[in-house]
Amino acid sequence: MNKKSTYKYLLFLISVVLLLSFAAPVFGEESGEAAAISAGDTSWVLTASALVLLMTIPGLALFYGGMVRNKNVLSTMMHSFIAVCVVSIVWVLWGYTIAFGSDISGIIGSFEFLGLRGVGAEAFSGTAIPHLAFMVFQLMFAGITVALISGAIAERMKFGAFILFAILWATFIYSPLAHWVWGGGWLMELGALDFAGGTVVHISSGVAALAAALVLGTRHGHGTEKMAPHNLPFTLIGASLLWVGWFGFNAGSALAANGIAAGAFVATHVATAAAALSWLVVEWAYRGKPTALGAASGAVAGLVAITPAAGFVGPISAIAIGVGAGVFCYGAVLWKSKLGFDDALDVLAIHGIGGSWGAIATGLFASVGGATGLFFGNPGQVVIQAIGVGATWVFSFVGTFIILKVLDMTIGLRVTKEEEVLGLDLSQHNERAYS
Amino acid sequence: MKLIEAIIKPFKLDEVKDALVELGVQGMTVTEVKGFGRQKGHKETYRGTEYQIDFVPKIKLEVVIPDNLEQKVLETIARAAKTGSIGDGKVFVFDVNSVLRIRTGESGEGAL
Repeated sequence: MNKKSTYKYLLFLISVVLLLSFAAPVFGEESGEAAAISAGDTSWVLTASALVLLMTIPGLALFYGGMVRNKNVLSTMMHSFIAVCVVSIVWVLWGYTIAFGSDISGIIGSFEFLGLRGVGAEAFSGTAIPHLAFMVFQLMFAGITVALISGAIAERMKFGAFILFAILWATFIYSPLAHWVWGGGWLMELGALDFAGGTVVHISSGVAALAAALVLGTRHGHGTEKMAPHNLPFTLIGASLLWVGWFGFNAGSALAANGIAAGAFVATHVATAAAALSWLVVEWAYRGKPTALGAASGAVAGLVAITPAAGFVGPISAIAIGVGAGVFCYGAVLWKSKLGFDDALDVLAIHGIGGSWGAIATGLFASVGGATGLFFGNPGQVVIQAIGVGATWVFSFVGTFIILKVLDMTIGLRVTKEEEVLGLDLSQHNERAYS
Repeated sequence: MKLIEAIIKPFKLDEVKDALVELGVQGMTVTEVKGFGRQKGHKETYRGTEYQIDFVPKIKLEVVIPDNLEQKVLETIARAAKTGSIGDGKVFVFDVNSVLRIRTGESGEGAL
């Protein structure tokens, strides 16, 4: 098929990377003001960065890998694995500077940090951690966001096309969005609250998943063949690792080892527990049995929903946000099955809907760390949050749609029907998971 | 009566089944099998080691039909299962002596 042209694109990209790496000067010329760096903060943020990596591999890889059929488990786990590899390189070369270079018109960052030029051991502004620690923490976020989208395109996308998609999406969607919300862009100026990435990570990936499911079309046999998860213990282990790693994601977003981090940690934990329980209760009432996959899905929905709020709410508000997440995301899963698009592993229902609820709920429940929401006397915050949610939906949907259409017209997105029925493990990788 | 035994590519099963049902075929039996003809197998690679897998996954479809449907069924299978590339499969035809429907005790073509 188009294998030849895929290789050509990849070769081209690799040569660009090599050229850039020679062009970029070696960093570390800064002498570094050691006094400004806190050992405690730095060690926590570095630990948190590793925890966020743990969310993606093996957490998300197992969570998704367990939900597909056994002929596609390697392909699905590879999506998470390779997203980390690809996005890490993109981030260092040009992603970080697009997101966190000095602001240009509220839209993107300047190219001052291209190839991490000037990003070294000195303290990152407003924190007591090295700039490099902040950079690598953000790198892990970019990696998991792209990996999350892979749940929508599972079991039918060409591997080469996914790699190119990861590069383009991290560059044109994730990096600008991160700039808008965290890098001094227009949403940050507007006062939108997003503690750890409800909009940037979860709404953006969830909505991208919807666009991807629409462009790729349904899996062969969707709605008629049994496509039951092949290994739910994988999925439960994956959800559990996501839960553990998420403390790095949310509490780490304090960028310091302090009370805000502790508050975010507690809020994250109780919201997750509440969401797993609420999903289970609704499912029990509606379908008659509480399921293991329901508990795992509810927990992830709770983690998603508390993400934008984690540092801004107390524990009781966190429980309320978690309960809402379980109910709304379970509803979204049921609703999807009526609409007929094939977001294979429910990325939209959990991350898109959970993230949107969390972002709005932040505007309702915020009461800590200088932020106030509707229930604490600041109704305007909900409006700002809604603008952030709306902007992210539109930008991510349109941008993802364009990227995928262009890829589809040039190299093609889908494997052939024969390859799909044979399974992507064999057709894309020449391997089988279980022999 | 004839027994038609078709070895086809797995991803063509749905099309073949739908086409046969449209012809009025009442039932069929399907088995996942492995084998090879001219196509030979596929490769699996683990680190540097390559394995040649000779037996390719195929579907064996068995259907018993009245004699007058034989030509139509053969044509239908050939049309629905065809991709034009190597490995499309084969169809075998056997004579069937008798049929017994277990629930009603009927026999002959009425039992199909």
